[in-house]
Amino acid sequence: MQFPVTSSPHLQGGNHVQRVMGLVLLALLPGTTALWWYFGWGVVLNIAIADLTAVVSEWLVLRLRGRDPRATVADLSALLTAWLLALALPPLLPWWQTVLGSAFAIIIVKQLFGGLGFNPFNPAMAAYALLLISFPADMTHWLTPAILSGHSVTLPEAWQAIFHGPAALGQTWDAVTGATPLDHMRTELSQNHMISEIRQSLVWGDFGGRGWEWVGNWFLLGGLFLIWHGVISWRIPFGMLTALLFVAGVFWAIDAQTHPFPAFHLFSGGAILGAFFIATDPVTASTTPRGQLIYGAMIGVLVFIIRSWGGYPDAVAFSVLLMNMAAPTIDYYTQPQVFGAKDGNDG
Amino acid sequence: MADIDYKRITLDGLWHNNQALVALLGLCPLMAVTNTAVNGLGLGLATTAVLLMSNVTVSGIRHWVRAEVRLPVFVMIIASFVTSVELMMNAWFHELYRILGIFIPLIVTNCTIIGRAEAFASRNPVGASAVDGLAMGLGSTAVLATLGAMREFIGQGTLLAGAHLLFGDVARGWEFSLGDNYQGLLLAILPPGAFMGLGFLIATKNILNKRASRSAQKAAQSMPAQAAEA
Repeated sequence: MQFPVTSSPHLQGGNHVQRVMGLVLLALLPGTTALWWYFGWGVVLNIAIADLTAVVSEWLVLRLRGRDPRATVADLSALLTAWLLALALPPLLPWWQTVLGSAFAIIIVKQLFGGLGFNPFNPAMAAYALLLISFPADMTHWLTPAILSGHSVTLPEAWQAIFHGPAALGQTWDAVTGATPLDHMRTELSQNHMISEIRQSLVWGDFGGRGWEWVGNWFLLGGLFLIWHGVISWRIPFGMLTALLFVAGVFWAIDAQTHPFPAFHLFSGGAILGAFFIATDPVTASTTPRGQLIYGAMIGVLVFIIRSWGGYPDAVAFSVLLMNMAAPTIDYYTQPQVFGAKDGNDG
Repeated sequence: MADIDYKRITLDGLWHNNQALVALLGLCPLMAVTNTAVNGLGLGLATTAVLLMSNVTVSGIRHWVRAEVRLPVFVMIIASFVTSVELMMNAWFHELYRILGIFIPLIVTNCTIIGRAEAFASRNPVGASAVDGLAMGLGSTAVLATLGAMREFIGQGTLLAGAHLLFGDVARGWEFSLGDNYQGLLLAILPPGAFMGLGFLIATKNILNKRASRSAQKAAQSMPAQAAEA
């Protein structure tokens, strides 16, 4: 009879990769539903396309690497990556761009570095950056929320637009899409309009763009669910959102006419989704408690900097990727002291 | 030093010790100008010319240059040849010269050239150094042109665009294009595309090497007598 010899910890929890990924997918449901409510069926189609591509890519690469694909595909991590990517994409993006992004995320950003647990960069955000840099026009065409346009995109319409382009609907992009609130604010500010003037426009709600501002809340709900279940730590989202609010608040206090109020930053773009679901990726984020606070806060600061003075309207993807690079260094300098060590010199 | 293995020197330069794929030298021009095949080829040929001439010269004067001052002397020699090549390109390939711009004078900083001068030409006779310079140069040129072709094709859907800059007016019809419907993957043209492309080229070379050594092993196993002899 053989007794297995294992190192500590000996108590085994049920926290398998599959369970964690499953919980995160579950937590994404409210936010996804909200996106679907405001932006129509394109959201769902995007997720389906991205997920299908991700699973096929993962399967192919694992076969190439001589591993058994079944166990790894079943851990749901590829599904989650593709899902997050799809949520960040415009709802009527041409299908081949979604396929390209999803395959890039899985094959190049994840598997070429050694698969789950070895990738230095967040695959979903790297793919998003690839698409944004390569196809800036398509990637910044967002649908106008149904609450404004008075029309919700139906499934056949979304299918036509994604697979055959907007011409198939008898419309041009300009008729069905508009700038995102961040983009709108940015363009108006660059024309030297004051915030009080800009806010007169119909597209603004209480905090951010109408329709947009509520999507974040649903993602927030999912994020709190994850914290409650111990899947993610509260430190990264807390650090990121606090830092974003604080920096935005300082600039708003200095000049409220050229810097949007802090809640605008919180409820626009991918801030909430990024804080709870993307920055907290256990593989690419910082792992020490103090490190996580620093990591989150730096992302928040970077988001504000890039949004205010950078070349692109939203900044979550770039900030997360930049901090991914810094995460090992942050971990190195914030290692917690070993219990019983003195002065921190010999820890 | 009696008999020089020219075949080995050539193979080293083109494949086994390829300066771009194995030594990873001269990456700055590799990243910067390989956005089209013609640009890559043009800069590669210019570098090869400099490398050939500098290797021959360094090898020729190797007995008279004291070890203490050899590096400044090498740099002076290389800089003179780069200046000549630059002036010649300005005269005969003016448009290409305008496109490559600062990267022609920057050939002088290409580590491949000083590297070969120091590691090979200063220790070997003129003939061997000439072959080495040519092989190393052509090896790098091949990588530059291949990477340029990859990036050009993925990034803007063309191949050999602007070939007339290098080959004269006969080459105007050589351009291959996927047509205006191809949107182009901008990332391939930008610097990250160069890094990824180079990574894939290196991976391809490693796969080919592995295959070759595996089949060599098999051959050795099937013919143990011959292997023992070798």
